[in-house]
Formats: sequence, structure tokens, C-alpha cells
Amino acid sequence: MNKRITIEEAVSKIKDGDTIMVGGFLAVGTPESLIDALVAKGVKDLTLICNDTGFVDRGVGKMVVNKQFKKIIASHIGTNRETGRQMVEGETEVVLVPQGSLVEKIRAGGNGIGGFLVKTGLGTEIQKGKEVINVDGVDYLLKKPLRADVAILFANKADENGNLWYHGTTRNFNTVMATAADWVVVEAEEIVPVGAISPNEVVVPGVFVDNIVQGVK
Amino acid sequence: MAMDKQQTQEFIAKRVARELQHGELVNLGIGLPTLVANYVPEDRNVTFQSENGMVGVGPAPDESNHDAHISNAGGMPVTILTGGAFFDSATSFGLIRGGHVATTVLGALQVAQNGDIANYMIPGKMVPGMGGAMDLTSGAKRVIVAMEHTVKGNPKLLKECTLPLTAVKAVKLIVTEMGVIEVNEKGFELIEINPEYTVEEVQAATDAPLHISPNLIDMVV
Repeated sequence: MNKRITIEEAVSKIKDGDTIMVGGFLAVGTPESLIDALVAKGVKDLTLICNDTGFVDRGVGKMVVNKQFKKIIASHIGTNRETGRQMVEGETEVVLVPQGSLVEKIRAGGNGIGGFLVKTGLGTEIQKGKEVINVDGVDYLLKKPLRADVAILFANKADENGNLWYHGTTRNFNTVMATAADWVVVEAEEIVPVGAISPNEVVVPGVFVDNIVQGVK
Repeated sequence: MAMDKQQTQEFIAKRVARELQHGELVNLGIGLPTLVANYVPEDRNVTFQSENGMVGVGPAPDESNHDAHISNAGGMPVTILTGGAFFDSATSFGLIRGGHVATTVLGALQVAQNGDIANYMIPGKMVPGMGGAMDLTSGAKRVIVAMEHTVKGNPKLLKECTLPLTAVKAVKLIVTEMGVIEVNEKGFELIEINPEYTVEEVQAATDAPLHISPNLIDMVV
């Protein structure tokens, strides 16, 4: 099945108020073309789930500057002064989650896991409102899964069935987010025919991917 | 002779580098800790992890080998050494929480005498988020803090942290320009001292009581 659609078709599926996962780590491995199209479309009141909020002019940070999020769930916002300003002014709700817990919450959401236990954040402000569970004499915090309506992701290479291949540090949150949204679209640097990526080298099986788009160089 | 900021950071980084053991997997924080990679003794093979998804972090690239898709956790371009590997963030934090990372070297705003560490926010002033710091401080087998001893003349080694904690009872060793301090059942124990300072001067720059090791030696780098 050829999963290829246009960037215009992709952004037409994203609506005001959606919860959206965006792949990337400090704008490395980020679907920049889809982000640019979402900035142009101006879809708003979104809830963002992303490792960080990039930079004012790179990555998902461009959507922060365009005030498209009502809520941001991330591990780090320090590289984008606009996120901090919106948080301080009360314009955008920001929820900070330790990076390892954030990615694992997404993994749980996409893998049928109802929650998990970690020591991360024990005895800190992160503990507030969370259940402490003792297992064999050791305390852990209960963390709950995260899912989204939409995930917009990056891959260095995709075949027409949506099998994904990565290069360098671009995998980051992309491979995990591919499992955790109702609709998953991947922006590929290069789209190749089915069979051009060996089954042994597929990083994310295409069964997780609904659509692919060609990134703009 | 007083050191300037850069010399101070290099001095601390050189001393921390000697703590890294042959064969260890190590995660270095952003800033001063990153410098530690430059000073690993030649007879030790240490592997560096970057939590955005790689082990085998190499030096910064030049124009000939720059690749926009290979970066470290600070978003800076790096290279990968022969034998290294890339993976996703879930695997990366599995390494960290699962105890596979032997040592992490981090900066800190405050460290308490029981090993509590605060290094991710100053309420009302600086709220960048914790990134991977909470996972690293609670997951790595050994947490080393590399930092200047004071900030604007005020102690950073305290009886109790006043800033929001990154982790409780996590820090095992602190390396500053004044000395090397072990965090143990006594509290802060000065085990090495920079000969440029007296014990009294180090104590004066430390808020919590400093226990002086009976085996105190000079800090050499």
C-alpha cells in the first residue's frame, strides 16, 4: 500500500485542539516541512508532546512563537525563550517531565502498558500528586502512559509502505512516538520503493505508520 | 596564583577525568563536565554516552566530517567513534535507569551534605526544565559533581539545599577548584586540597561542616 500523501493533505488532518506529538531533539530529527506547513495553516489550541521546544527559528519552536499551543509537555524548554515567556505570563501551560520518564510514558502509551515504576523524581517536586509504590522494599513513582491524536515524525528514509530507516541521532523520540498516536505521519528526507530498505535494516516497521510525506529540501 | 574562569574549569575537568575508570560508560553533562572528555588518561578506554541516543561520542567535527544528523545532548555537532552505536531515547534512558551508566558528571547549583543535588531550576528566575538530569542523578551508579566551589562568593556546598531538588542523596564526589570532597556518612569529607588554599579557606567557602580526611593530600592535576 502506498502511504504517500502531500504535505497539504497531511496538515489538513490536524485540527484545532488536537494533542500532537512531534519527534526530534533540539531540532535534530524534526519534521521541519510539516512544522512549516502547520505554522502556515495556523492550527491552534494544540497540546504539544515533545522532548523540548527547539529554538525560536528551528524545530517545533516556530509553532511556539506562532502561539499554536495551549499546553506543552516537555523535558526541557531552556533553548526557546518564547516558551519561558508564555509560561511566566500564563499564556501557555507547561508541564515539565524528566526526559527518561517522558519517553517511557510515550512508549507505554503505544505498547499497551498501563503504567510503570521508576525512581526518577523521588523526593523532588516531580513526586507531587503521584503514587509511591513499594516493591520488595524499594520505593518507586508510578508514571502513567501518554498518547496523542497525531504524531508528526522524521525519518531519513521511508519506503512507500512506511518502513523507516534512520541515520545518526535522529531516532530520539521519533521511533517511540510512532507507536503512540491515533494517526502517524512521517516526513522523510528520501522516499524509496518498497524493498529498497532491507527488512534487516528497518528501524520502525511500516505497520506503525499511517502516511509519509516527502520533506522539502 | 589565581586562575581565570577558563583555567578554573580546565583544572576541575582534569581532576575529574582521573576518576573515570578503564572500560566505564560515562555520561557528561553540558558545560564544564563536557571538558572532562579532553583529559581522560591515555591508558584508559572510557566510552561516552549522549542521552539523545548514542554511545561512542567523539570530538567535534571539522568541515570534512560534519554531519547535521549527529549531535550531542546539548544539540552541538559531534562525531561517533569506530565501534559506537545509535539508538532511540527509550533505549538511552534504559541505559541510564538500568545502571548501565557507571558514572555521570554534572554541574550543580547546590549540593547538600547528605548528597542531595539541585541543578535544574531557580524558581522565578530560571526554569529550563530538567531534561535528563533527574534520570541521570537517580540512575547512574556514581554521580560526580564538577563545579566552582562558590557562586558570586556564596557557598554551593550546603547543609541543606534551598532550591528544588533534582535528586535526593545522589552525589558521591564533588570536585571544585579548591579540592575534592567525598560525600559519605560523615557528610562532606575533604580528601584532597588545592595547595593554593588553606583548609580554613575551604571551610570558609563551605556552608556545611567540612570533615578533614586523616589522609588529606594535595590536589594535583
